Amino acid sequence: MRDVAIIGIKTTRFGENWDISLRDTITEAGVGALEDAGVTGEEIDAIIVGNMSGGQFIEQEHIGALIADYAGLAKELHVPATRVEAACASGGLALRQGIHAVASGLEDIVVAAGVEKMTDISSSSASTALAAAADREWEGIMGATFPGLYAMIARLHMHKYGTTSEQLAQVAVKNHANGVHNPIAQYHNKISVDDVLRSIMVADPLHIFDCSPITDGAAAVILAPADIAHKYTDTPVYVKATSQASDTIALHDRKDITTLAATVEAGKRAFRMAKLTPGDIDLVEVHDCFTIAEICAIEDLGFVKKGEGGKFTEEGNTAIDGKIPVNTSGGLKSCGHPVGATGIKQAAEIVEQLRGDAGKRQVNGAEIGMTHNVGGSGATAVVHILSRNR
Amino acid sequence: MSVPRFWRKQVARYNLIGTHCTNCKTYYYPPRSMCPKCRRDGKTENYKFSGRGEVLTYTVIHTAAEGFEKQTPYVLGIVKLEEGPSLTSQIIADPGTMKIGMKVRPVFRKLGESGEKGMIYYGTKFVPE
Ligand SMILES: [Zn+2]
Repeated sequence: MRDVAIIGIKTTRFGENWDISLRDTITEAGVGALEDAGVTGEEIDAIIVGNMSGGQFIEQEHIGALIADYAGLAKELHVPATRVEAACASGGLALRQGIHAVASGLEDIVVAAGVEKMTDISSSSASTALAAAADREWEGIMGATFPGLYAMIARLHMHKYGTTSEQLAQVAVKNHANGVHNPIAQYHNKISVDDVLRSIMVADPLHIFDCSPITDGAAAVILAPADIAHKYTDTPVYVKATSQASDTIALHDRKDITTLAATVEAGKRAFRMAKLTPGDIDLVEVHDCFTIAEICAIEDLGFVKKGEGGKFTEEGNTAIDGKIPVNTSGGLKSCGHPVGATGIKQAAEIVEQLRGDAGKRQVNGAEIGMTHNVGGSGATAVVHILSRNR
Repeated sequence: MSVPRFWRKQVARYNLIGTHCTNCKTYYYPPRSMCPKCRRDGKTENYKFSGRGEVLTYTVIHTAAEGFEKQTPYVLGIVKLEEGPSLTSQIIADPGTMKIGMKVRPVFRKLGESGEKGMIYYGTKFVPE
């Protein structure tokens, strides 16, 4: 197996982008990443794109070919383009499949991208589309919503561990504070714990400010064999681990409702592959689709003991200048969550940080970063560890 | 949800019928055609659950799923049946009285309406004991 490096990145503006289509937004991300890497179209061996639900959001399937076409890589070059899907973890999965392709030696230059166009339909239709990531026949049919499922995780977490609504709110407060400094973020406003607690209740105990928004956006990274990475860039970022794990599709079938076992397992596999421990990680982008999800993530990845994530967050340990900076990009909450793009955006944020290019979000001396991308209520988890050093 | 898709599991939804693996003695609801513990070595048969259970966790939904708008706020819970498995269901109760660990029993109720054709579908919800 070959070592793999990320040699180019680009994330588009995240937000309610009514002025731009799926095909244009992903083209912008792809072209931006290629320019960043100094790679030409002729060099591209394959495109892997994460997209959760073009079918439901814009009534468009066959996203891979569409992208190859609009990127000018189809008609003459016939570059293979493959869409992968694991709900909100589609982006992380695209990165992982791209890494597989390069590591295997089958491909050299691979574009791993993610895109979602979510605001062309009403927000209630978008919620229904997202609920397809859960079990439609045994959760959705009973009136379950995504906030509802995570609210049930939150309720039990509070009951078992004494986690408070204020601690949940602090996740959103911290992520908005980070998002202020991220030019591509959907929101650039600071919020307070009171703002979160006073916002409307969506699914008790989760308020609207505990939830990530509905977002349009795309991101792309360029992968290359580590041996030739320096041909393209002075600052390649190396893939130290890629891992993925599955769990039951329905929340009610989990061994422990408050633990995302797929995250635990994917985290362990990644640390084993990279020969690292949580203490070695300088910053992490976790899947905070809801505030409780960030708390579970930092516990399940091993950054803090199970049940102590709320207190840990409240004490400021996950801020940019804290013990383990979490979601410097603003996370899904403030940066936005175009579901198929999120996993790639997370990697792009880590690369920017490891290059030292993150401006006011910069974590001083960051050398090793981690990404954590979740599908559904935890049926898929994808983890990557990236490093400045090979 | 389409009529055939609902109809296929109608008996299971109406009567709380799941499966029991006679090899490892595990009970499953929702029903499964293959025992996930024994996989190919398992032997599953239908099993009618007593319906007695307790609330593992719950939420009060204020922003409804499509088709459930008229029901808000409604309580959604995960109920652990006495035979072992857990399921997701609405719990018909005053949100203020809900508690983790409370005992519940099943009732036959309208679940919702399918948007386009207005088909009404029924199934099992729970009420406090
Ligand atoms: Zn069995």
